[in-house]
Amino acid sequence: MEPLRVVTAIVAPLDRANVDTDAIIPKQFLKSIRRSGFGPNLFDEWRYRDRGEPGRSNEGRPENPDFVLNRSRYRGAGILLARDNFGCGSSREHAPWALLDYGFRVIIAPSFADIFFNNCFKNGILPVRLEGGVVDRLFRETEATEGYRLTVDLERQEVITPGGEALAFEVDPFRRHCLLEGLDDIGLTLQHLGAIEAFEARRRQEAPWAFL
Amino acid sequence: MGAATLFDKIWESHVVRDNGDGTVLLYIDRHLVHEVTSPQAFEGLRLAGRRVRHPEVVFAVPDHNVPTRDRHLGIRDPIARLQVETLDGNCRDFGIVQFGMEDRRQGVVHVMAPEQGVTLPGLTLVCGDSHTATHGAFAALAFGVGTSEVEHVLATQTLLQKRPKTLLIRVDGALPAGSTAKDLILAIIGRIGTAGGTGFAIEFAGEAISALSMEGRMTVCNMAIEAGARAGMVGVDAKTLAYLKDRPLSPKGEMWERAVGQWRRLVSDPGARFDRVIELNAGLVAPQVTWGTSPEMVVPVDGRVPDPQAEADPVRRGSMLKALEYMGLSAGTPITGIAVDKVFIGSCTNGRLEDLEAAAALLGGRRVASSVKLAMVVPGSGLVKAEAERRGLHRVFLEAGFEWRDPGCSMCLAMNDDVLAAGERCASTSNRNFEGRQGAGGRTHLVSPAMAAAAAVAGHFVDIRQGMG
Ligand code: SF4
Repeated sequence: MEPLRVVTAIVAPLDRANVDTDAIIPKQFLKSIRRSGFGPNLFDEWRYRDRGEPGRSNEGRPENPDFVLNRSRYRGAGILLARDNFGCGSSREHAPWALLDYGFRVIIAPSFADIFFNNCFKNGILPVRLEGGVVDRLFRETEATEGYRLTVDLERQEVITPGGEALAFEVDPFRRHCLLEGLDDIGLTLQHLGAIEAFEARRRQEAPWAFL
Repeated sequence: MGAATLFDKIWESHVVRDNGDGTVLLYIDRHLVHEVTSPQAFEGLRLAGRRVRHPEVVFAVPDHNVPTRDRHLGIRDPIARLQVETLDGNCRDFGIVQFGMEDRRQGVVHVMAPEQGVTLPGLTLVCGDSHTATHGAFAALAFGVGTSEVEHVLATQTLLQKRPKTLLIRVDGALPAGSTAKDLILAIIGRIGTAGGTGFAIEFAGEAISALSMEGRMTVCNMAIEAGARAGMVGVDAKTLAYLKDRPLSPKGEMWERAVGQWRRLVSDPGARFDRVIELNAGLVAPQVTWGTSPEMVVPVDGRVPDPQAEADPVRRGSMLKALEYMGLSAGTPITGIAVDKVFIGSCTNGRLEDLEAAAALLGGRRVASSVKLAMVVPGSGLVKAEAERRGLHRVFLEAGFEWRDPGCSMCLAMNDDVLAAGERCASTSNRNFEGRQGAGGRTHLVSPAMAAAAAVAGHFVDIRQGMG
C-alpha cells in the first residue's frame, strides 16, 4: 500500500447525498478478477452517455459534459468533496479501487457509510469527516474558484485551505499510523499469532461446535 | 458482569486482543465466500505466500453471476465464467468446501449458510457482502466486509474491529394482515433513514419480532445494512433452536445439548443498556412500496409519491427531485396507480420458502396481467427450489405465467442475464432500489413477495388488504 502523508490537489465537488457504491463503480465491472484498472469506469453511469462494459475500451465513448469529473476545471482532481453518507450500499472494495485508480487519495464528506470508510483505509485512501457546515463552505469555495486546491496533511490531521486556514479532523490513531507508513494489516496481525493460538485453544474448550 | 446486551456477549467472547486504541482483534468463526469479492483476496494470499488458516470454516458458493436457466450449458458471458472458474480454482487450491453451480445446495450465500447450519448462535460470521447481516437472525454477530478484510480473515481468522454502538429497535404489537417482515423493515428504514443505523449494531426485539418465523427474522436482519448498520440481530428463542436442530453442520447429540445450554443465554439481559432505543408499533405498519432510489424513500401502499417541494432541507429536496426524475414519477401520484413492466420474486431478502408460499397464496389461480412483460421467481437456493416443487408451488407460478428459474442473485443486482432495460419498472422483493441496480436505467420498487405477486396480477401496485378486486 502506498503511504499517504500530505496530499495537495484539485478538488472535485460531487454535490449529491447518499452516493452508493453501485454509482461509484457499476456492477458489470465487478466481474473483473483484478484490483486495478477500474479508474476509467469510476461513476460510469453518470460520466458517460452509453453503457460501459468490462474489457471494452473507454476511448471515444460519449461523455456527459455536465458530470463534474468531465468539466475541464476539475480534470486531474485528487480530492473528492462529497455529501452525507458517501459510499453507502454494497461492500464492494472495487469502489475504493476505482477512486484510487482514477487518482483520488482523499475524500471529504460530512459522513461516510461504515464499510466503505473502512475499505478506504485498506487501500491508501483517506476519508476525512468534516462538519456539514464546513463541507458546505468548501463546496461554495470550490465552485467559486477555478483551480481550487486543498492540502490534506495526515500527520497534522488538518485540511488546509488556499487561504491558509487549517481545518482539523479526527482520525483513528492506528489507521493513521498504517496509512502514514503504508503498512499491511495482515502482516501486523500475524505478529499476534501467539494470542490467536491461545484464543483458539480456549475457545475450543468453551464452544467446541464453533470448530469444524 | 452486569446486565449485558446480546451484542456485548458475543463481542466479549471473541476479543483476541485489545489494542488499547479503541480497536480489538476479533476472532471470526465462520467465513462465507462468493465469486465476486474473493478473487483479489486469494490473489493477495498467493502473492504474499500465505495460506488459509482454517479452510474448514470457510464455505464458498457462486451466486452473483450464475445463470438462472439452462445451467447445464454453463455461463455464456466469458468474464463472468472466468470469475466463477477462478472461485473453483481457489477453493481447490486452498482446500475450501464449495457448493458449486451443479450442487443442489447452491444458492444465494445468505440463504445457503443457514440451511446448512453454517450459521449458529453466538458465532461471529463474515462475508465479503453487505447483506451478511442476514445471519444475525440466529443471534450471531454477522457483518459484511471488503475484499482486503476477506483476505485478512482467510489468513488470520481475525479482523481488526472498532466496537460499534448498540441500537435496540423494539417492535411491539402485531403486524396487521397483509403486512410482513419486509414491510416492517422498510417502515423502519423509512423512519430512521438509510444512515440511521450507521455505527450501530442493531438488535431487533419485541412481540412482533418474536412472532416472526426465522425466515421473517432473516428478512428483517438482511436489510439492517439498508438502515446503515453493519449488523442486525435477534436473540435466541425456541424458534431459533427448532430451525437449527439437525441441520447438516449443527452440533449433534450431546454436543447439541451443550450448545443449546449456552445458546439460551444469547439474549439481552433485562436492564441491559443500549446506546440508543427506538420503539415502534407493528400494528401501524401497512404494506410498503418504495418510490425512489434509496430504500428510505418508501410510503405505505395507500399513500402517494411525495412532493419534494414540501421538503425543507435543500439536500434532501435535491435527492428527491433526482429520484423522481430517474423513476419517471410525479409527485402526488397514488402508489396504486403505478404500472409495472416486470416482477422479480427472489434474493436473500425474500427468496426463501415462506416468501414463495406467500406469493403463491396470493396468486391463487390468477394470471399475470398481459401488460407485464416478465414475472419471474428465483428461489434462494436449490433446496428452497426442491422443497417448493415438492409442495407444488412451481405449478402455481407457472400456471400464472411466472418463469420458474434456478437459484442465484439474479435480478437483485442483475450481474447475469436477468436485467431491466432502461425505463422498465419492476416490482422487486430484493433490498436495493439504487439507480441502475437492476439494470442501467431500470426502475425498482421494493415490496414484499405478496405485494409483488399482486402487482404481477394487476399490472400495477395494489393494496392487498383490500383484496385483489
Ligand atoms: S441476493 Fe442480492 S443482496 Fe443478496 S447477496 Fe445476492 S446480490 Fe447481494
